[in-house]
Amino acid sequence: MGDIQDFWGTPAGWTVITLGEVLLVVVGVLISLAFLLLADRKVWAGVQMRKGPNTVGAFGLLQSFADFIKFLLKEIVIPAGADRTVFLLAPLVSFVLAFIGWAVIPFAPGWVVSDINVGILYLLAMSSLGVYGIIMGGWASNSKYPFLGSLRSAAQMVSYEVSIGFIIVTVILLTGSMNLQTIVEHQSGGFWNWNVFGGGLEKNWPMAFVMVPMMVMFFISALAETNRPPFDLPEAESELVAGYQVEYSSTPYLLFMIGEYSNIVLMCAMISILFFGGWQAPFPTPSLAGWAPILSGLFGLLWFAIKVVFWFFMFAMIKAIVPRYRYDQLMRLGWKIFLPTSLVAVAVVAGWRIFTSV
Amino acid sequence: MDLQAIAFYTLAAVMLAAAGLVVTARNPVHSVLFLILAFFSGAGLFVLLGAEFLAMLLIVVYVGAVAVLFLFVVMMLDVDFVSLRSGFAQYMPIGLVVSGLLLVEMVMVSGAVASSGAASRVKAAAETGQSNIEQIGRVLYTDYVYFFQAAGLVLLVAMIGAIVLTLRHKPGVRRQNIADQTARTRKSGLSIVKVATGEGISE
Repeated sequence: MGDIQDFWGTPAGWTVITLGEVLLVVVGVLISLAFLLLADRKVWAGVQMRKGPNTVGAFGLLQSFADFIKFLLKEIVIPAGADRTVFLLAPLVSFVLAFIGWAVIPFAPGWVVSDINVGILYLLAMSSLGVYGIIMGGWASNSKYPFLGSLRSAAQMVSYEVSIGFIIVTVILLTGSMNLQTIVEHQSGGFWNWNVFGGGLEKNWPMAFVMVPMMVMFFISALAETNRPPFDLPEAESELVAGYQVEYSSTPYLLFMIGEYSNIVLMCAMISILFFGGWQAPFPTPSLAGWAPILSGLFGLLWFAIKVVFWFFMFAMIKAIVPRYRYDQLMRLGWKIFLPTSLVAVAVVAGWRIFTSV
Repeated sequence: MDLQAIAFYTLAAVMLAAAGLVVTARNPVHSVLFLILAFFSGAGLFVLLGAEFLAMLLIVVYVGAVAVLFLFVVMMLDVDFVSLRSGFAQYMPIGLVVSGLLLVEMVMVSGAVASSGAASRVKAAAETGQSNIEQIGRVLYTDYVYFFQAAGLVLLVAMIGAIVLTLRHKPGVRRQNIADQTARTRKSGLSIVKVATGEGISE
């Protein structure tokens, strides 16, 4: 027993533990993605009064796995004029960047791979890097539609990052920390303490008038940041065929798609953590301290999963019911409406924090 | 060798190699991609120093925004490599002088910083128990707040200058006025006309 304890303390033991945690998170996220993808298609089908995938497995539950095998077995086509290295690197970059953001997500009390001080900045950084997969893929394809799609997405993602950054600043001002675990713990003790309602502390309730609009803007910016409808202009099929994905097939395409969905779920996790208390239950849970750590962990994970799935459902509904934006209107929304509004909100929240802390 | 040393040598080697490839790569887009790799490794080195806030800022600002626009421009410009390389021998002496000067300056600065005991100061900063966000905030917004504001003003002036230089007002361009559009009602936007058969509408 003593030997094993010593081993976990050494660098080698630390590496083994961390690798195990990373694998657990990646596999867990991948498997949930398979079912969320199916849920996305089912919701979409439901809105259009279709049945959606219903043949593979009961209720089509295995559809994503069948698609997975189909993609793996297809031929990888690389266009003749393409830059081979960058062409194959782009989906890999997109896939990897979509997954490393999960390293700082707290799934339950203490269940986080890397509990760093600047967790929220890390998330912002990783989501801002997502644009590279798209822009590299579009350029390396050496084809006009992909290139146009990637240029659109570069401008779009850089624009909406700005407002996402400012909205995150309002949350940081309310909680006074950039550590995601601290942000979640700050929102404990019932849904009225969640950041969307002003972040608790009894006296902060007027901030709900700022934070509710901030939450809505974060959600819309998240749609734009992940290139989801109604902001899916990088792949607008009516004008650009499929944008940056036109020349991709087989496994590279699969990596792009998994990366895209992983980013979407990451955004759902972010909105749950920043505004809706992460793994906190919506009611006070004073008896939780007496539970076994594994049970309280699973309890937290359950609430976190419920919140993430709810926001994913919202993403799916938006995809089904909102028509696509025009590009200039998208830019107008980002720069002329969201940016000034979020700046004003930062000033208001900062002023509130200063004048109420005395 | 502990994990930190392995991480440091890996990141440093990758950064130097990427920096070299920025200059030597034939394709300018590849150069920018290597530049991004160099930034990224630099951010990793910041994390090893315990300056995780600076590392994240480096990624958000330089990799996430500046380099994207850089890549954007390089991809859009169709650079002619042959004509670019034609003046290579002619400009090389100037380039060598400039880079030599920069090298000497860098060595002098790092030598001076190292001899005054910079490494011990990093440790002292880590031992105060404040996160480096608090420390940077204290320096920027408390100790040197006027200089910081002045730097902000300089940037603002530069930004206004750039906007003034690129702003063009083309006469006769019809623009969408969102406020007008949403203020339109049925009364102001619609009129029902009785048209006699076979005559059409005259203005």
